[in-house]
Amino acid sequence: MATKYDWPAADDRSLIGKRHNRVDGPAKARGAAKYSYDRNLDGMLYAKLVTSTVPHGRIVGIDTSRAEKAPGYKGHVNILNVGDEVQWAGAEILAICADTEEHVRDAAAAVTVLYESMPHWVKDEDVEKAGEANRVKPAKDDTKGPNLEEAWKSADATVEGYYGLAVITHCCLEPHGQVVDWTGDEITVYASTQAVARIPGDLATGLSRDEKIGTVAADSVHVITPYMGGGFGSKFNIDTWGIACAKLSKMTGKPVKLMLDRDEELMVAGGRPSDFGNIKVGAKKDGTLVAYESETWSTGGIAGRGSPPVPYVYNNEERLAQKARHLNVSTNIGPARAWRAPNHPQAAVLTMCPMEDLAAKLDMNPVDFFKKNADLTARPEVYRYEIDKCAEMIGWADKWHKRGDSGSGPVKRGLGMSLHTWGGRPHDSTCEVRIQPDGGVSVNMASQDLGVGTYTTLSVVAAETLGLQIPDIKVNIGSSKLPISGASGGSTTVGGTTASTRRATVNALEELKTVVAEALETEADDLVAKDGKVFSKSDSSKSLTWQEACRKLGNRTITGQGKQPDRNGGKLNDSGVGGVQMADVSVDVETGIVSINKIAAVQDVGLVICLEQCESQVYGSLIQGVAWALYEESIYDQTTGKMLNPDMEFYKLPGAGDIGELEVHMVQNKYDDRGVIGIGEPPAISPGAAISNAVANAIGVRVPTLPLTPDKVLAALANA
Amino acid sequence: MQNFEYIAPESAIAAAQALSPKAGLTAVLAGGTDLLSLMKERVETPTRVVSLRNIAALRGVSKQGGGLRIGAMATVQDLLDSKAAAGYASLLQAARGITAPQVRAMGTVAGDLLQRPRCWYYRNGYGLLAMHDGKALVPSGENRYHAILGNKGPAYFVSASSLAPALISLGAQVTVAGPEGERSMAVADLFQIPSSASERENTLEPNEIVTEITVPSASGWKTGTYEVRQRQLLDWPLVTASVALRMRGNRVSDARVVLGHVAPIPWRSSEAETALNGQAANESSGEAAGKAAVAAATPLSQNEAKVQLATIAVKRAVAMAG
Repeated sequence: MATKYDWPAADDRSLIGKRHNRVDGPAKARGAAKYSYDRNLDGMLYAKLVTSTVPHGRIVGIDTSRAEKAPGYKGHVNILNVGDEVQWAGAEILAICADTEEHVRDAAAAVTVLYESMPHWVKDEDVEKAGEANRVKPAKDDTKGPNLEEAWKSADATVEGYYGLAVITHCCLEPHGQVVDWTGDEITVYASTQAVARIPGDLATGLSRDEKIGTVAADSVHVITPYMGGGFGSKFNIDTWGIACAKLSKMTGKPVKLMLDRDEELMVAGGRPSDFGNIKVGAKKDGTLVAYESETWSTGGIAGRGSPPVPYVYNNEERLAQKARHLNVSTNIGPARAWRAPNHPQAAVLTMCPMEDLAAKLDMNPVDFFKKNADLTARPEVYRYEIDKCAEMIGWADKWHKRGDSGSGPVKRGLGMSLHTWGGRPHDSTCEVRIQPDGGVSVNMASQDLGVGTYTTLSVVAAETLGLQIPDIKVNIGSSKLPISGASGGSTTVGGTTASTRRATVNALEELKTVVAEALETEADDLVAKDGKVFSKSDSSKSLTWQEACRKLGNRTITGQGKQPDRNGGKLNDSGVGGVQMADVSVDVETGIVSINKIAAVQDVGLVICLEQCESQVYGSLIQGVAWALYEESIYDQTTGKMLNPDMEFYKLPGAGDIGELEVHMVQNKYDDRGVIGIGEPPAISPGAAISNAVANAIGVRVPTLPLTPDKVLAALANA
Repeated sequence: MQNFEYIAPESAIAAAQALSPKAGLTAVLAGGTDLLSLMKERVETPTRVVSLRNIAALRGVSKQGGGLRIGAMATVQDLLDSKAAAGYASLLQAARGITAPQVRAMGTVAGDLLQRPRCWYYRNGYGLLAMHDGKALVPSGENRYHAILGNKGPAYFVSASSLAPALISLGAQVTVAGPEGERSMAVADLFQIPSSASERENTLEPNEIVTEITVPSASGWKTGTYEVRQRQLLDWPLVTASVALRMRGNRVSDARVVLGHVAPIPWRSSEAETALNGQAANESSGEAAGKAAVAAATPLSQNEAKVQLATIAVKRAVAMAG
């Protein structure tokens, strides 16, 4: 049923779906945008964590006496105590503060912690060895669809292979942390967070557990995060360091800054679970997929993690026989956190790679094979369209060749593809839009911009609704005192915040129209706000500029409220999308070095609000995808239990010269009626599988696990 | 980092005199691209840092006789910008392999030779020989980037220098100043495989500094460097090879082949040189030289691939030279 809140029809959109520069771009380019790391308050102290140097043990002594005598020392708070167990190297033990960054490093280095060592295990790929070390939890089989035995019998071709991908970390460029200023009863927190509205309660609860502090009210906490330097799913909570930072601020009466060092960021503040496994897939001669069977294992740290959703995308339970068994390997490494589309990138590798291998065995072009089986997916039409579009963008028809048929010379070129899906339902959101008598418009909510374009999309929605331009809108987010909006995770932000903003803006405009109608001697329903004017549909002589119209408010400010969800508020958003990505790579078979020529991405997200920001999310995903396909890996040493590469030197990320050409196509004007759907996760899923498939196509053999490092490429070629 | 005294004397002798004869107490600061991170990580904890920035005599890249003089404070970018260095193809190719403009602008040529190994056990505080509870960590540990030659122990790290293989293949000399005066030696002799925890990977006394590097004329030599590097972004090579070939007619009369990142020192391969001498410089002789270079390789548990990479690096360096 149509409502007044519905998105304008395609012909009536002047801003929605178009390309707009990021409104916060200039502030970021100038350095005027203040991130939490940039906050330097008067009299501020610097805090640093003291972390566990052993991967598993019991704390038997904490000696801070030397640290307390260190120059500039101002205080410390324990996070763990004597008798507590640490389960991974880098675990937070205490936070210490001093007058300068240099002094706090010296003071932290002067703390001595003694441990009683306990057995540790940090390796996940060799599941037999992990089993011998008693680190594998039993699993149960998950069987779906037609009879598996029958399905294997009906298969004309099967592929059995080993596939996997290593533990990686989030590696946020702005590490986790915050500045806390606890003055009187007010606690101001400049937090690097994905959840501005959630942190007050999280911090208050954490502080209230400390008897010496007593009850702290959530409403005494004010979180301020106008800009944020990357979270990817790892920054929803205040964490131990945030609580310790607040305690240090109370203890010293000064603002305190505690941002993690790079090594801490990589060891304890990020972590995407690994996945390894033996996969068997079967199909009929004509390419019809009939069965998928997997035994996989992974680690997400000591507590494990959920199982990957395999088979992925191609998972019709009526037609595809499926059996999945997943084992959890418990390791003494930093605990896993949600990483863009949790479990999906792994599931894509564990599904799309064996499927590509099966296509090669059937002597089928993967484009045909993946399209032929599209009926096994939840959205066959979307995928068929996207596969064709993506194939056109990458030049599949001209460039694809049969596996290994890559000509002479050491450098082989190949193409590969992968499909993905994600929900992206909108989160709850409350918005207040203000229209001032001077014509000013502000959008207010306790949301956050993780660097993804929230300022821009909300400006687009309000400006479109009011017939104004993007610079006419002031977006106030990043403060927990504003109307509550959800945490930014799971691609929920754009759907939730644009809906609440649309509704609030429509409501505010209605109120303005009532006032203007009186002045223009017409009905509110007769008025339209467009092109910076408010005018009568029936009598063109009745027209005011936006400023003139707002002046009619006298000294009154209009506030419009909008909520998501709103049962009577129209259908503004949805969930469930598909996307396709294809990679074109070159592999030097003498050195095993893989380089990216091009990646093409086609993505459906329902109604696009701002094309440029939407595309940027995909570009970022592809760059991140090149990183985990080719370079990224958390490398642990079993003897010491330590991560050996908690730095940006051997924890490798790509530079501009390493990512190749990236081409992105957003599907527009096809699924717009569905409304807005989140874009954060979907494009982050497929790059690894697409790149791995392209490498297999180039060199004729599968490199089983990611990252696709030269040693693994050479080993795969040698074993072929 | 630990507090330290900072001084910046105006002569090389004064700098050497300000250094302690005991290892680890004092450190020399040139570009600082390596030393400062070592100090921040407390891997190095000198009580005095002696900066060379005020010693004018250490600057510059210039022609000297028929050859090239590189002052100890000349940066990698100075080398790349210098007209005097134009004839040294392999050296410039190696310098271009340092892809970060920041490192090229601050890092010195001498500092490239003297930077500490990148071994992650060493950088994480387990010492140059990577020991833990009396046991060597590398042989059964994470050794994908470690040595395949000269790795009988106790040292398993690889020399980190990007420029040493090229300089050694070009017959470069290095001059060092101590408190009593100067001495010169071949760049190759600057490096050693430590045989105990009391030794370092270079042969300098703790109170000696490099003052200059001199490279003889490369006229009559064909030279080339090939780095196997994973990324375009600043990245440590997996393996490098530099070759210098003196030709008599179409045949190699004198070959020098030096590999980097394969051993605790820049690894001169007489086997590869023998394979090239008397041959035409082409793909097949390059390949034979590459194979000869690794004939005695003893890869560790995870670095078998480096044997192949070394073969290819030599083959391609010969192609670059030819």
